[in-house]
Amino acid sequence: MNQTAGEASETLKEKQENPKIKSLKDFYKRLKKNIPALIGFYTIVFLVIVSIFGPMLTVHPYDTVNLSDRLVGPSAEYWFGTDHMGRDIFTRIIHGMSLTLMVGFFSVILGGVVGVPLGIVSGYYGGRLDNLIMRFMDVLLAFPGILLALAIVSVLGGSLQNVIIAVAIYAIPGFARIARGSTLATKKLEYVDAIKALGATDNRVIFKHIMPNVLSPLIVNATLYIATAILTAAGLSFLGMGAQPPTPEWGAMLNDGRDYMYQAGHIAFFPGVAIVVVVLAFNIFGDGLRDALDPKMKK
Amino acid sequence: MSQKELLKINNLKQYFPIKGGVFGRTVNNVKAVDDVTFTIYEGETVSVVGESGCGKSTTGRAILRLDEPTAGEVEFDGTNVLGLNKKDMRKMRKDMQIIFQDPYASLNPRQTVRQTLVEAMDIQNVVPKKDRANRVSELMETVGLQPHQADRFPHEFSGGQRQRIGIARALSVDPKLIICDEAVSALDVSIQAQVLNLLKKFQDEMNLTYLFIAHDLGVVRHISDRIIVMYLGKIVEIGDKKSIFNNPQHPYTKALLSAIPVPDPDKKTERIFLQGDVPSPIDPPSGCRFHTRCPFATEKCVEETPELRDEDYMDGGHQAACHYIREIESGEHKPTRDTSKVRQV
Repeated sequence: MNQTAGEASETLKEKQENPKIKSLKDFYKRLKKNIPALIGFYTIVFLVIVSIFGPMLTVHPYDTVNLSDRLVGPSAEYWFGTDHMGRDIFTRIIHGMSLTLMVGFFSVILGGVVGVPLGIVSGYYGGRLDNLIMRFMDVLLAFPGILLALAIVSVLGGSLQNVIIAVAIYAIPGFARIARGSTLATKKLEYVDAIKALGATDNRVIFKHIMPNVLSPLIVNATLYIATAILTAAGLSFLGMGAQPPTPEWGAMLNDGRDYMYQAGHIAFFPGVAIVVVVLAFNIFGDGLRDALDPKMKK
Repeated sequence: MSQKELLKINNLKQYFPIKGGVFGRTVNNVKAVDDVTFTIYEGETVSVVGESGCGKSTTGRAILRLDEPTAGEVEFDGTNVLGLNKKDMRKMRKDMQIIFQDPYASLNPRQTVRQTLVEAMDIQNVVPKKDRANRVSELMETVGLQPHQADRFPHEFSGGQRQRIGIARALSVDPKLIICDEAVSALDVSIQAQVLNLLKKFQDEMNLTYLFIAHDLGVVRHISDRIIVMYLGKIVEIGDKKSIFNNPQHPYTKALLSAIPVPDPDKKTERIFLQGDVPSPIDPPSGCRFHTRCPFATEKCVEETPELRDEDYMDGGHQAACHYIREIESGEHKPTRDTSKVRQV
C-alpha cells in the first residue's frame, strides 16, 4: 500500500515541477500580458546590468578634471558632452547608475525590514500596542517627505549612506500601514484560527501564515517606492545635502548643470533624462506588478 | 448516561465589549453567550442548533479559547482549560480540534496539503519525523483523497475535497474532541452526506466526541445523539435527539422544528410562524429572552428568567427553560397572542 503510494508520488514529482518555480512562471505569464509593465521590467534589468558592467567599459575617468575640454557639447568623443570641470557626462551617468539604484533598493529594503514587522505586529496584536505604533507612524507621515529627509540628513550629515537612512525612515510608515491593513484582513481568516487551534505559537502564526499572505501588496509598494526613493535622493543631492562631489550622483550632476543652463543645457539635460527613465521604469513596472499579483485578475 | 464526562461547560459567558467615546470606554457589551452550562460525554455527538447570531459558534470558539471567554468554566477531561497558561494550553490543544465552515478560507493558500498536515504534526510533535510522509498518505486515504494529491495547493481542490483536508488536519493530531463549526453547511447536499458519513465512521473507529454546531436540522437529526437548542446566547432546551424531535417542550424549539421542510407536497404541516426578528444581544429582553416573540408569553415571562428544568414526564436528561412547560403541553395555557397563525409573505 505504502509502496504504491511512494511510487505514485515519485512519478508525480517528475511531472510536477517545484511549486515555487511554477508560480514564478505563472506570474511571468501574467506579466507578459501587460506590455508597458514588461517594458519597465526589461528596462530595469538592462539598467541593473549596465550599472554592474558599465563602469568597466567606459573610456574616460569619471572624476578627473580636464579644464581644456569643459562645457563641450555632445560629440563622438563625449557622447553626452562634458560638464564645467571637463568630465565626460556619459561616463558619470554610467558610474552614477549603481549609486542611484543602490539608494533605491537599500532604502526600500531598510524601510521594509523595519516597517513590515511593525505593521504586522500592530495589526496582529491590536489594542494599545497597535495604537502606539500607528500613532508614531502618523507622526512620521505628517512631515512632507523631502522635509523629513532634509531634517534627518542635516542632523546626520550629508553623505549617501545618510540619504539612504533618511529615505528609509520616510518609507517605514507606508510599509507599516499596508502590512497592518493586510494583516487585519488575514488574521480573521479561518486558517489562522485553525493553526492557532493546533497550538501554534504567535511567532509561527505571524511568520509562516500571515507574512507570506500579506507580501504581494507590499512588493508592489516596494517597487513603486523605489522610484520615490530615487527621486528623493536625487532631490537631496540636488540641494547639496546628499552625495558630495566628485561622486557622480545624478541629482548632484543636475545641480552642477544649473549654473550653465543657457550656455550648456546638456549638463543638466542628460542626468535629468536618466532620472526620468529610471523612475518611469519602476513606476510602470510597479503598476503592472499590481495587476499581475492581484489574484482577481487571473484569467 | 453512564459514560465518562469529557467536556463540562459551567456558566460560560462571552461578552464582546463595544467601545465608544473619546477615551474608548466600554459603553456596552454584546452578550453573545450568556450563562451556558452543559456536559458532553465521551464518544457522543452533541449538536448545538439555533438561528444565526444565537451564539453557537461563539460557544465553540470560547471552548477552544480562540476568543477568551468572559467568565465561566471549561473542564476538559478533568482539566480546567481556562486556567492553563499559554504553554500548557498549546499542549492541551492536541486533544481538542475544530473543523471550520468555509473550506475556502480554512486552508492556507500558500501551503500544499502536505505542508499543512506536516505542520500540524510538527506543532504537536505527534508522529516521529521520518514517519510523517507515510502518515500524510495514510490521512489522505482515510479522508478519501489520493495520497499523490498531497503536493497540490488548496486551490486545486473542490470545496468538498478541501473540507476533507480540513478534517485530515484535525485528525492528524489524534484529538479526543472535534468541534465541527458548521462543518458541512457550505457544501452541496450530496457532499454533505459523504462528509457526515465520514465523520460518523471516524467516530466509531477512533472513539471521537463531536460538538456539532449547525443550523440545518436535517443534518442534526442525522448525526446527533443529543441536541442543545440555543436562543440569543442562552440554552432554551437540551435533550437527546428523540425527545427534542418528537417531543419538543420549549415554544422556540417547536417553532424551529416546524420549519423543517417535509418532502411531501400533499402533507399538511402546522407551521409556527414567529413574528419579528431576533432581538439584539446588546440589550437582550428581560426575563425570558424569547418573550418578545413567544406566542405564550405572559407578565411572568417578562419579569422572571426561566431556568432549565424538567417535568416528570420528560426523560433522558431532557430539560427546557420555560415557565409553562407542563401547562403548554396539557393545553391549559393558551397562546396569549395570535402570532402563530400570521403568515408572513
